[in-house]
Amino acid sequence: MAQAQPLRTGPQPDTGEMYLLPGETYTSISRKIGDVPLVSPLQTSRGWLLGFTIAFILLMVYFVSIAWLFIKGVGIWGINVPVAWGMDIINFVWWIGIGHAGTLISAILLLLNQGWRNSINRFAEAMTLFAVACAGLYPILHLGRPWLFYWLIPYPNTHGMWPNFRSALAWDVFAISTYASVSLVFWLVGLLPDFATLRDRATNIWAKRAYGIAALGWRGSARHWHRYEMASLLLAGLSTPLVVSVHSIISLDFAISQVPGWQVTIFPPYFVAGAVFAGFAMVILLMAPVRVWYGFQNYITMRHFDVMAKVMLATGMVVVYGYFMEVWAALYSGSRFEEYLLFNRLNGPSAWAYYGLLFCNAVAIQPLWFRRVRQSIPALIIISLIVSVGMWLERYVIIVISLEREFLPSSWDIYIPTVWDWSLYIGSFGLFFTLLFLFIRFLPMINIFEMRMFQFQENERLHRREQAGHGDTGRDIVTGKSEPGAASAD
Amino acid sequence: MQRRAATDIYGLMAEFRTPEDLIAATHTVKQAGYSRLDAFTPFPIEEVIEEVAPGDTGVPRLVLLAGLIGAATGFIIQYIGNLVDYPVNIGGRPLNIANWPAMIPITFEAMILFAAFTAAISMVVLNGLPMPYHPVFNAPRFDRASQDGFFLCIEAGDPLFDRAQTAQFLRSLGPVQVSEVAN
Repeated sequence: MAQAQPLRTGPQPDTGEMYLLPGETYTSISRKIGDVPLVSPLQTSRGWLLGFTIAFILLMVYFVSIAWLFIKGVGIWGINVPVAWGMDIINFVWWIGIGHAGTLISAILLLLNQGWRNSINRFAEAMTLFAVACAGLYPILHLGRPWLFYWLIPYPNTHGMWPNFRSALAWDVFAISTYASVSLVFWLVGLLPDFATLRDRATNIWAKRAYGIAALGWRGSARHWHRYEMASLLLAGLSTPLVVSVHSIISLDFAISQVPGWQVTIFPPYFVAGAVFAGFAMVILLMAPVRVWYGFQNYITMRHFDVMAKVMLATGMVVVYGYFMEVWAALYSGSRFEEYLLFNRLNGPSAWAYYGLLFCNAVAIQPLWFRRVRQSIPALIIISLIVSVGMWLERYVIIVISLEREFLPSSWDIYIPTVWDWSLYIGSFGLFFTLLFLFIRFLPMINIFEMRMFQFQENERLHRREQAGHGDTGRDIVTGKSEPGAASAD
Repeated sequence: MQRRAATDIYGLMAEFRTPEDLIAATHTVKQAGYSRLDAFTPFPIEEVIEEVAPGDTGVPRLVLLAGLIGAATGFIIQYIGNLVDYPVNIGGRPLNIANWPAMIPITFEAMILFAAFTAAISMVVLNGLPMPYHPVFNAPRFDRASQDGFFLCIEAGDPLFDRAQTAQFLRSLGPVQVSEVAN
């Protein structure tokens, strides 16, 4: 029967060659992933409660920081002329960069037909949404009069005024809001069939109703799947240029200006690569504990970490190329301001940040060339942490070091963040992790139907290989060296 | 079961154990000349979709249209706002159509926004969702269709539909069970 098949239990050897460990069936996938959100509220795990509590406390830090900001204004921060963009913009760019890995995994890898994305795309997309939520609030809070943020939106008004659409800052508004809403739509579309699974698995009547409403009456009809697949493909095709455009436009906030160190043509691709780089570091940091807590080692294997580390290394090397290009542009520009900027980065008062970023983003990732490092979770966690710090430093270097030494030496100054800068930053982790904990509690954190599809494709592949008399059918990236028949359906 | 007219039921539902069985069964049913049928599966199966729902989904055309409308909207709003209704000299940028490069980012974002929402909404609406009730939910064990069951339904409205013969035919395809679906 299709239900209650015996599961092969016990530890599976994970040699880092498979994306889906053997012993899984459609039933076990639906049950293991689908039943995590369906646990009764009274049986919520202690670990989750502890994590959620810490995140919630940090969220309160965030609210207090925002409340004080609303009362006193941006003067509570360390920003002043000439450094008018401080940690608010650093953190904005940092958070939105983290979000980009989610869209890359969900959209670009879908177009490239990379089946391994199926086990991490839901989580990465959720990470995107929550990171964009953290990011999007920063520019609004930085406005000075945040309650008037809607002036950025073009609408007929009694002032008879329009936003200045020729400013990169107005482009930002459209890029971020489009990115947030399209990511949300893509995420919800992906959740639709999984809501149906939760509806059908739920035993509690209220859970059944809630997921039933969210599922919109999804019944898995072939006609529906046909449109669904087409819509997913189109959304992926639309999200791919979108994600590239978003960080390009953010880089134009800098590149369109004339500040030394900002007006560099390499900025758009260099920012996009940096975003993916930081985002994959965050995916690794979040995935490593979650897969252990919820026992998803069969779905998120060492092979996943291996390829994620490779993507991180590749994008990291693009970022390093960007650093070289910045130096080259400064030396070749013939502009004494650009040349001085380079000198200031290497010898100025904030030189520690520049050397720190070179260490974190260029040196620390080099061990990823070795397979043994990519197969070690502790090593990956340490490198990912260093990369996260490094990408924060990169934005610090770009924003602060350039502004500290403006054109006029009489206005030179040093930027020192205040406690409110730090509390808002720490508090934004509260927002991020509160949302993330709610997500893993109430929604399936792995895309269930895509995992079943992945299982089906793997079965077909094994079947074809068996029919070919165990012949070599080319490099089999999905099953790796798994034994034939190991993942039979029933 | 008491005797009813053929139209009293929605159709006949066969459940299969594996997607491979369903693919074979769908092919046979289609070969036998049945046209009003649908499959219910826990994930999209290309072979079944090709048999049951071939042809155009209607989604791509709507998305293209929405993308063009979005791009036009984005461009026209900027054109009117900054060049017609409230022209301001900013850094000497031209106050006519020669200013178009500065308008590309927002035009592009508006295009993506319109197209993406249309892709999602048209998928839901053309699928007839939200639809909380549907006769197929009456089929026994239909809750497995979202987990590990593979269902094939021949609707009562099919010209070849005959309660007894069609049920017999479905049983010959090796299903787990065949059942009548109440309307």
